[in-house]
Amino acid sequence: MTTRLIVLNKDQVPVLKEQDVVVFRNRLKEAATKIKMGLVNQTKLITAASELVRNMLRYAGGGKVLLEIVSRGRDNGVRLTFADEGPGISDIGLAMKDGYSTQKSLGLGLPGAKRLVNEFDIQSEVGKGTSVTILKWANG
Amino acid sequence: MDRIPILRMGRYLLVTIQVDLYDRLALDLESDLVKAVSANNSTGILIDISAVSIVDSFMGRIIGNIGTMASLLGAETVVVGMQPAVAITLVELGLDLKGVSTALNVEKGMALLDSKTGGASASHQNTNTDDDEIDRSE
Repeated sequence: MTTRLIVLNKDQVPVLKEQDVVVFRNRLKEAATKIKMGLVNQTKLITAASELVRNMLRYAGGGKVLLEIVSRGRDNGVRLTFADEGPGISDIGLAMKDGYSTQKSLGLGLPGAKRLVNEFDIQSEVGKGTSVTILKWANG
Repeated sequence: MDRIPILRMGRYLLVTIQVDLYDRLALDLESDLVKAVSANNSTGILIDISAVSIVDSFMGRIIGNIGTMASLLGAETVVVGMQPAVAITLVELGLDLKGVSTALNVEKGMALLDSKTGGASASHQNTNTDDDEIDRSE
């Protein structure tokens, strides 16, 4: 995050119901293809995004995703910001632990998503909502 | 409403997933498959995911559930055709698909099912020295 990022393109995608996820994934795929991201990185990015979008739907009843194409000189990447107005996460440290889940899922969503991307940032306030930002470089 | 078709092939069930699954579709497939195992006395399920480009933890859990439920009914589950990028992603995600076997393609998956369920196809050469062969002398 030391290098300055230039935002080349900006797009907002609302995700309020399950069917929106498919639309969102396709948009993401388009963006990743446009900056010539390799297939493995694309798969990692879309999988991570899929985890986060699912969290947003399940815990907050939906939210919106800011899809940006960013550049730091020679490198291009995709930055996604998932923002919801849900109940928030009271203990982020705990939520980032492998295998921890408040519902009967595998608890791999947040920590798994973090492993799949280059940058991961989570902000949450109880009662206000959660915002997760991830960034994946085309060649990262 | 969409549904993933389940084909019956002898004692096996064959599922080819041609679209990226959304949650409802995956859950329907899970229950349809388990019901089909019971209705058809199936001993094996072969799931081809070669057209699936994303397997996240939810999808992984569904696949694992199918394997566990099928095994409770006495059927083996083999997942075939996983794309390399998906395999790489699954490992990094930390998902190990417990309870299901995997094979490279449909052909190898069928052979694996045969060897697991004792449905020995003639081409399957049994070279192991285990003593678990059933005595069919009578």
